[in-house]
Amino acid sequence: MVGITAFGAYIPFNRMERKRLAEAFGEPAPPGEKAVANYDEDSVTMAVEAARDCLTGIGPAALGGVFFATTTPPYREKLSATTIAAAIDAPDTIRTADYTSTLRAGTTALLAAVDTAKSGAGSVLVTAADCRLGAAKGQFEQIFGDGAASFVVGTENVLAEIEAACTVAGDVITQWRDAGDKYVRAWEDRFVTTRGYGAMVKKVLTILAGKQKIMPSEINKLVLYAPSLRYQAGTAMSMGFRQEQVQDGLFATVGLAGAAHAPLMLAAALEQAGPGERILMVGFGEGADAILFKVTENIKNFAPRLGVARSMASKKNTMNYLTYLRWKNMLDFEPPRRPDPDRPSAPAMWRNSAKNLAFYGSRCTKCGTPQIPAQRVCVHCRAFDEMTPYRFADINARIATYTIDHLTISQDPPTVFAVVDFEGGGRLLCEMTDCEPAKVEIGMEVEMTFRKLYQAGGIHNYYWKARPKR
Amino acid sequence: MSIRDKVAIIGMGCTRFGEHWDKGINDMLVEAAYEAYNDAGLSPGDVQAYWLGTCASGWAGISLSEPLKIQYKPVTRVENFCATGTDAFRNACYAVASGAYDIAMAIGVEKLKDSGYSGLVITPPPGDGTAPNYSAPAAFSLLAPAYFKKYGLDPETGKKVLARIAYKNHKNGALNPKAQFRQEVPLEKILKSPIVAAPLGVMDCSGVADGSAAAIIVRAEDAHKYRQDPIYVKALSVVCGPGHGAMHQDYDFTSIRETYYAGVDAYRQAGITNPRKEISMAEVHDCFTPTELVIYEDLGFSERGRAWQDVLDGVFDLDGELPVNPDGGLKSFGHPIGASGLRMLYEMYLQLRGQAGPRQINKPRLGLTHNLGGFPWESVCSVCIVGKEPG
Repeated sequence: MVGITAFGAYIPFNRMERKRLAEAFGEPAPPGEKAVANYDEDSVTMAVEAARDCLTGIGPAALGGVFFATTTPPYREKLSATTIAAAIDAPDTIRTADYTSTLRAGTTALLAAVDTAKSGAGSVLVTAADCRLGAAKGQFEQIFGDGAASFVVGTENVLAEIEAACTVAGDVITQWRDAGDKYVRAWEDRFVTTRGYGAMVKKVLTILAGKQKIMPSEINKLVLYAPSLRYQAGTAMSMGFRQEQVQDGLFATVGLAGAAHAPLMLAAALEQAGPGERILMVGFGEGADAILFKVTENIKNFAPRLGVARSMASKKNTMNYLTYLRWKNMLDFEPPRRPDPDRPSAPAMWRNSAKNLAFYGSRCTKCGTPQIPAQRVCVHCRAFDEMTPYRFADINARIATYTIDHLTISQDPPTVFAVVDFEGGGRLLCEMTDCEPAKVEIGMEVEMTFRKLYQAGGIHNYYWKARPKR
Repeated sequence: MSIRDKVAIIGMGCTRFGEHWDKGINDMLVEAAYEAYNDAGLSPGDVQAYWLGTCASGWAGISLSEPLKIQYKPVTRVENFCATGTDAFRNACYAVASGAYDIAMAIGVEKLKDSGYSGLVITPPPGDGTAPNYSAPAAFSLLAPAYFKKYGLDPETGKKVLARIAYKNHKNGALNPKAQFRQEVPLEKILKSPIVAAPLGVMDCSGVADGSAAAIIVRAEDAHKYRQDPIYVKALSVVCGPGHGAMHQDYDFTSIRETYYAGVDAYRQAGITNPRKEISMAEVHDCFTPTELVIYEDLGFSERGRAWQDVLDGVFDLDGELPVNPDGGLKSFGHPIGASGLRMLYEMYLQLRGQAGPRQINKPRLGLTHNLGGFPWESVCSVCIVGKEPG
């Protein structure tokens, strides 16, 4: 049996109410809010956070692969799956791949993971994340949102068995970005929905239904990617599904999360699913993928985690549109009167990758003191070369002292720096994120999160920050 | 072992500190060096070896030998963060004490105003990109909430204590013709200055200035050959810490250990057992107001947890029990890094010889200078003690 053995999700802490757009432009905007990745988040950091959520209580040691699905990878030439694999501390003898360039990347990566797992290469972590941009004042800006979802596909302790899958490929220009485009472009709506989205989805569902001899009434949840609420409902109805079978498209809460959208909906569906239920997932983009899942008894034993429901509930939605423009680099602000950071040194990053990505320090085997960065001479007892690796990523901490820095370079000043003391020992002076500077205080409980510190010389520089516990 | 009374200062020079748009480091070095030569009654050719302190304004000894046209003599460039100037002085003292040279000069310089940025900008060596990019005031502001919480100061009282330190230093600086800022600043203005790194405002920070200062050193027994009123070195200490405070939870951000240990070492060398009573005056590293606050405790000027009260009581005012930063401190002078330590010694040199004009402290006997480079949790600290009389 092959299927999903674990799942998790990540929705950024920050949301923008769509009425901010209405206020900014004096025009109506759709209801609800959209999830907005902070300026220090991108598809890679969100993919890591979703993967960490997915692997809660499981760990990465048994993984045979890490697949990343996105249409917004940081690099055109350089893999991101390896960054993600390193950040979650996966073994290095695994398959890694980025699935990109299409909104269908999420379902395509899942299907590739199924084949990989079937081949005996071990279980595969699929993590999908996207943070696409629509140009200012446009429809895409209104409806897009950022988010990530993550699954382990394997053959043991399967929670949702894959009963069938079907794919159609079709080269239709519906939405696109060329190599230099910052914002999504689209063809006329009617063409997109009739000959693109509607036609492909109907075709793949028809083929799958014929192959499996299954009726819409036998599906408990239809996880249907759609470019809008209206098209989701219309397409589902036209295929014989009832409204209550259709999984919430997250339009009012998260927004359209690109290649991560159908995966996010699937994670939400699994959070609510019971044994024996059938979930039908459909991804779209230059064709369509349909995957039929049957939920197993194991779902009852799957420990709850942050997931979609809890990360959706944990939020701050007070951001204004100017902050949004600033975070998304959509408006030129006066540069700070401080020098730009130099690009980080590739050899130093490579040498220190256990710290930079997996967030390892060391622990002295003589006195037991954890310390980060890893030391040769113990900071406590000064024993020489008596260290063992010690990972801080999943250890909670408390603020010992802090400062609110108005002077340092930031895309959203002021910057909070905190000295954080980890449970069980160890201390780090680090940046804080997703926090209200005025609410930071000594003793506050924080957790670590993988973020992008800055970009320089075309290098995306990732490291860990502290955030108030979500 | 101690350097006590082995060497003496027989001449000093100090430029005015400030925004020297019209002077490069060569101009400032020449100005400070020639003032020191003249003050000691020496010709440039009499000095046998030089120690140049500069953090980032020049490289190698040739940064000094070229402007001074030093004729093929040893020049060592010293860099040790904010202790740079004092460490240049310390090494020159050791060279003379060892007998390797009879006359040496320590000179410090820094040109900060050419960078185009406010504040101090040092380009770090290539790194792995993870070092947090906090500003200097942010790093030192970490002391404030920790100190306030530990000793039960509400934020308003804490802020007032810090402002009182800045107020005192500006008041002293107003009396100093060589200071960058020569005006008293009302307490209210300090309290209301724009926030830079909460709770620190702009007026909790030292200024940014260019400057240079120099000292000529000989062995103590030779000092009277050059002048009747030399001053004597009683202690020289430089301490570097293990960076413990950023990694170990037992550091509580209410003190700076390097200052404490440098103080202990210097007091031992000078034979001082009660610094509050025995030290007549001190020039300390008031880069930011909370730094000066914890220095009082680390150097034993105040009991632990009592410095804030001593500040409010005026203990460290010019007319107080133990005047601190009588020349106006970094607050009034700015902090041209390589020059600051020697600028502090220059004030001690004036005060001990009764030359400090309206700032003159009544019959000082021992003066202490203190520099702190780095961060509260990981720093290099220098403490130097000088005296009017040998013995």
